[in-house]
Amino acid sequence: MPKRDLISIADLSRADIDLLLDTAESFLPVLERDIKKVPTLRGRTIINLFWEASTRTSSSFDLAAKRLSADTLALRASGSAVEKGETLKDTAITLSAYSPDIIVMRHPSAGACQTLSANTEASVINAGDGKHQHPTQCLLDLFSMRQNLGRELDGLRVFIVGDILHSRVARSDIMGFLRLGMEVTLVAPPTLMPRGIEEMGVKVEYDLANLGDADVIYLLRIQQERIKAGANYLPSLREYAELYGMTKARLRPGQRVMHPGPINRGVEIASDIADDDENLIADQVFSGLAVRMAILYRTIVGYSDGAGHGEEL
Amino acid sequence: MERTWCKRLPAADLLIKGGRVVDPQEGIDAILDVRVHQGVVAEIGTDLAAGDGAPLVDAGERLVLPGFVDLHTHLRAPGREDEEDIASGTRAAAAGGYVAVFGMANTDPAIDTAAMLRGFADDASATALVPAGSYAAVTRGLAGQQLTEMGELGAAGAVGFSDDGMPLATAALVRRALQYVKVSGRYVAIHAQDESLFKGGQMHESPVSARLGLTGIPSLCESLDVSRALDIAEYEDAALHICHVSTAASLAAIARAKAAGVRVTAEATPHHLTLNDELIESLDPNLKMNPPLRAESDRRALVAALKSGLVDCVATDHAPHASEEKDVPFEEAPFGCIGLETAFSALYGDLVVGGALDLATLVRRMSSAPARIAGLEAPAVKVGAPANLCVIDPVAAWIPSRDTLRSRSCNSAWLGKTLTARVSLTLAAGRVAWDLNA
Repeated sequence: MPKRDLISIADLSRADIDLLLDTAESFLPVLERDIKKVPTLRGRTIINLFWEASTRTSSSFDLAAKRLSADTLALRASGSAVEKGETLKDTAITLSAYSPDIIVMRHPSAGACQTLSANTEASVINAGDGKHQHPTQCLLDLFSMRQNLGRELDGLRVFIVGDILHSRVARSDIMGFLRLGMEVTLVAPPTLMPRGIEEMGVKVEYDLANLGDADVIYLLRIQQERIKAGANYLPSLREYAELYGMTKARLRPGQRVMHPGPINRGVEIASDIADDDENLIADQVFSGLAVRMAILYRTIVGYSDGAGHGEEL
Repeated sequence: MERTWCKRLPAADLLIKGGRVVDPQEGIDAILDVRVHQGVVAEIGTDLAAGDGAPLVDAGERLVLPGFVDLHTHLRAPGREDEEDIASGTRAAAAGGYVAVFGMANTDPAIDTAAMLRGFADDASATALVPAGSYAAVTRGLAGQQLTEMGELGAAGAVGFSDDGMPLATAALVRRALQYVKVSGRYVAIHAQDESLFKGGQMHESPVSARLGLTGIPSLCESLDVSRALDIAEYEDAALHICHVSTAASLAAIARAKAAGVRVTAEATPHHLTLNDELIESLDPNLKMNPPLRAESDRRALVAALKSGLVDCVATDHAPHASEEKDVPFEEAPFGCIGLETAFSALYGDLVVGGALDLATLVRRMSSAPARIAGLEAPAVKVGAPANLCVIDPVAAWIPSRDTLRSRSCNSAWLGKTLTARVSLTLAAGRVAWDLNA
């Protein structure tokens, strides 16, 4: 079986996505047991390479591998040979000597997964590369939606609000949401909206006038550096909060709020939403574990439905 | 005025039999034999007798064309001989059918004094397989501050002046350069780029960059700087050459300037004429260049401009990079791709075979037009002219690879792809510079 990478949501068909989400659902009972571990990937080796800061993604990949009984190895840029100037190609060659089955990588540069994949026999899973893609975040977002809003996501109306320009989450989500038949509207200040993004098949708006149309509101983090002098993406966080910040007063009943974290209270999200049980933010984190178990599992045993993981559980 | 230098190889004696000779300058497109005697085209005709024991080249089913001239090559010497030097760069040129190339001045140190240029000339005289010349920098060390001694550099043989790789940052600097270049009788070639719009750019700003999350380089970044330089060239009545034009907006500005009588010439690269930004989807670092591959609409506009002559010539922007520099994630890779060996193949295969351009026009744009800008006698298949010609198999398929490329670097946009048309023989300055079968 040729190795299968997961670098972009574009690598997945609708059937692949459905299969991954079904697989994730089948892992949920494992996570509710006292002994939260199955022997499915015993003897397999999974390496986590995080060349950029991460809490949620790195911890959930690590835990997902352990829940499946795989052997894991975690490396970060600080304290590794990267600090000595080793190239990604050489890191890939070095780690490949251990014959890993999967290398999960987060990297600051778009294209890093291609470089890694070209230099290893292991399957590569993208845990975020530059502003390019974060496919596993998209899959866990889809899973959260499916578990909370019903299995049928066709026609669901999603507003993605925030810094679209710098967001790999937005790019993966747009692709994934559209692939599952949702209607996607992007809302951002014009300076943070990538030119030409509407060609992906989304609506583009610069204010929240039509927010009432949304079933789900997906907020993106606004980084402090966007207001640095000279950057001129935003005049102030205060004005951003005023124009785009999500508050309970802006929502109508039934609208659900999502956020990939970490959140900036008082900027893109008000505390009255952040602390509310109605939002899906904590559920997204929980979904991350089941979904990443499913991704690791499918990457190793294959994406065909008949791979029969029922017996192996 | 000597503007190119090359190694003194033995003069060629050959009889090239039965090729389709296409030389639009001479009004030739016919199956003919060409006899080269002591490096000079001695006879052109049908059924020429072998005689005098000179080797016979069977050019049946092949093209015999005037050799090509490249106004934009990076020979990387001095400073980065691990990527290319005059010997390897001119070997690549010969393999691509080129009979003269001009290196850019952004070497390390830069070619910014007559002494540096004489050093280049000495090196080329000892090692160049085809005649090689050089630009000199516009500013010392390409630092954008103080002009170079253009009078002395022009007298020492600089083909023109360019800080290529770097834009000229201010209007005042462009103006001074265009004023002072007149002491040399040569021209200023600009790499048009508005730095404030370029910052952090990775690829053409387009729906593709939006989808990929790569910082865009807007077409404005080039066309604004082109327009500014054209206005200054008009005001100063100075000779300006625009390097590697890549956008329809720049072409519109150049068309207006030419109509107004501005002394401007322009070049376009084979990659901008045949490839577009959709290909960046692969995140292949060999497709990362500056200016970036643009939209398909820009590419089509460039092809139309090459056809009409609005773009005067093809230039490769041959930019060798070491594999360890290019074998990194797209966002970390340096800009540039090599192009000497693939230029004719890519353009012939895509544009001539594809029907967008006739062969005679392509030959003009690669041969006589750049020669005229450089101030060289145009390569010609003409009795009495030095042999500057190439023989090309127009149906041969080949794959650029580390093994087939003669450049010291292999960062080709066509690496591993199949190209049509291969140069089998190049005679430059009367010498055999390339023989595929040797």
